[in-house]
Amino acid sequence: MSISNHVVINLQQIKKIYDMGGAEEVQALRGVSLQIQKNEYVAIMGPSGSGKSTLMNIIGCLDTPSSGLYEFNGVNVSEMNDNQLAKIRNKEIGFVFQTFNLLARSDSLHNVELPLIYAGVTSADRKRLAREALEHVGLGDRGHHKPNELSGGQRQRVAVARALVNRPSILLADEPTGNLDSKTGDEIMVLFEELHSQGNTIILVTHEEYIAEHAHRIIRIRDGMIEIDEIVKNRKKINTA
Amino acid sequence: MGQVFETIAHEFRESLAMALIALRINKLRSILTLLGIAVGVFSIIAVMTAMGVLLNSIESGLSQLGANTFQIQRTSNFNTGNPQERAKMRNRKNIKYAQGLLVKERATLAKAVGLEAWSGGKIVATLTGQKSNPDVAIVGEDIEGFATNNWDIGDGRLFTQSELNSGRKVAILGIQVVKKIFTKLDPIGQTIRIDGQEYEVIGTIEPKGGMLGGNQDNFVAIPLTTLFDVYGSNRDIHIMVQASSRETFDDCVEQVRGILRSARQVSPGVDDDFYLFSNDSMIEQFNDFTKYVRLGIMVISAIALIAAGVGIMNIMLVSVTERTREIGIRKAIGAKKNNILSQFILEAVVISELGGMIGIIIGILVGNILAITLSVPAIIPWDWVAIGFLVCSLIGVVFGVYPAWKASNLDPIEALRYE
Repeated sequence: MSISNHVVINLQQIKKIYDMGGAEEVQALRGVSLQIQKNEYVAIMGPSGSGKSTLMNIIGCLDTPSSGLYEFNGVNVSEMNDNQLAKIRNKEIGFVFQTFNLLARSDSLHNVELPLIYAGVTSADRKRLAREALEHVGLGDRGHHKPNELSGGQRQRVAVARALVNRPSILLADEPTGNLDSKTGDEIMVLFEELHSQGNTIILVTHEEYIAEHAHRIIRIRDGMIEIDEIVKNRKKINTA
Repeated sequence: MGQVFETIAHEFRESLAMALIALRINKLRSILTLLGIAVGVFSIIAVMTAMGVLLNSIESGLSQLGANTFQIQRTSNFNTGNPQERAKMRNRKNIKYAQGLLVKERATLAKAVGLEAWSGGKIVATLTGQKSNPDVAIVGEDIEGFATNNWDIGDGRLFTQSELNSGRKVAILGIQVVKKIFTKLDPIGQTIRIDGQEYEVIGTIEPKGGMLGGNQDNFVAIPLTTLFDVYGSNRDIHIMVQASSRETFDDCVEQVRGILRSARQVSPGVDDDFYLFSNDSMIEQFNDFTKYVRLGIMVISAIALIAAGVGIMNIMLVSVTERTREIGIRKAIGAKKNNILSQFILEAVVISELGGMIGIIIGILVGNILAITLSVPAIIPWDWVAIGFLVCSLIGVVFGVYPAWKASNLDPIEALRYE
């Protein structure tokens, strides 16, 4: 099967088996195949224990599959070592977490700068790119605020700026609104909508139907398999006040 | 290449900043850890500074002997700890006046040969009843002895060759004695009394200051022959030899040694039965004398530093656990194992270096208290400062490696989940 250039993520028969000691094994993923194209907006849904987190970790190159093929932009990443995976995570994947995961003792600017440091970007460029990314998410004036001086929504925006600063191929968001009230959650979803319209590829992992319906495509996982892979017909639109 | 360097430089700054933040947040814990290193470094730096000060003091004391001068006496000024050695020293024969004269006659490479003999613990009194403490040394000196001792006449004059030959009772006073007994009168021309003998004061000697805390100005110089007349001629003398130049110094030493060995009938292959010291040999002797002190301090410091290193390892392990989530975040956004490894090692090095810095500063200050006591210039032992920093870096690396390795091997998924 040939893979066209605009396929960013190509999973073929991905399995993940956890050895729980002794003869006991847990099959978290039982053969998942899916493709995600450039500029898609996909939600991965599933109840807890469905294997959705495992799938996200593998897509995010935090983990490698036990078997199967994972191609990222046409490059086989399923057998990469730690350092190679770190490089992919750094340059190609922008993570947004439920709990924001900012460095508490560093200000916004430094948090956004961090991926650039590991990418080896020079100091002057780093400062400029980090400032641009913060402006992009509407926090240009909050560069020197530490996370505890920001609201939840602002923290998540800093996290989004950090995820975008290296211009990754995909934005991988794990329950990005899980720790926010519904109003600020909506604001983040509006931001995602904007980012998508600017050409970013977004993968959203959630268990909330309401959030998933912002996406263009929903992949439902159950018991380690894809249950349904569907295009969303009635997409949620938020009134941007 | 430039970019690699820039990245490393930045990582270093980054790690330094992280380390300082971590230190600030856990002040007490960090200070206690620093203290261990500081104590270890302090002890060695303080002792080495003090040794340096002593050495300086000796050097300045020696340089007062006069340029290119060495001295021969019966035994060393330093006591050896070995009882057998001590007994051997005690049994050495005196250096006789005749041997001194022989050196004067035969040492062709010498510019000047001074002979002197000392007798200590005298009371010097004026005829009007002013008395010194019984701590004044009396020295019989020949004329060249003033040159080799680097003594300059302040007021009055030096005794003449004929006064020396005839053993006249004339005296030249050290400035300390003048201060003690001639508070109002001009000493020149006055008469003083020592051990029942009366001497005419003909001059004073310019002050020389102290060496190793002693006072070099508390003495009375009289002609050597006068001293022999009064106190007996079979006395032990010092021979001071000034070589004609720096270049002939070593040859001159060998020549004088040969003259004395043959005069004292020392068989070939047997050690000298006299003690010859110059600037260099004095320093050598001092280093030898203090070897065990330094060795002991080094052992104690090493033990203290190892204990402190274990403390650093402990605190770093705690730090790694506390910052598991941070490590997870860093890994998720692209930190490689090496990035995490170097960050935590650098942090350990920074803690260690900060402790080292404190130890070095306090050590230098305390070591130089001796310099103030001996009124010699304070010193900074740069070589030991460098060694101190080097050792601290080493401790940081050695004891930081394991915690850092642990941090770098954390599974990012687990680490991100850590509460």
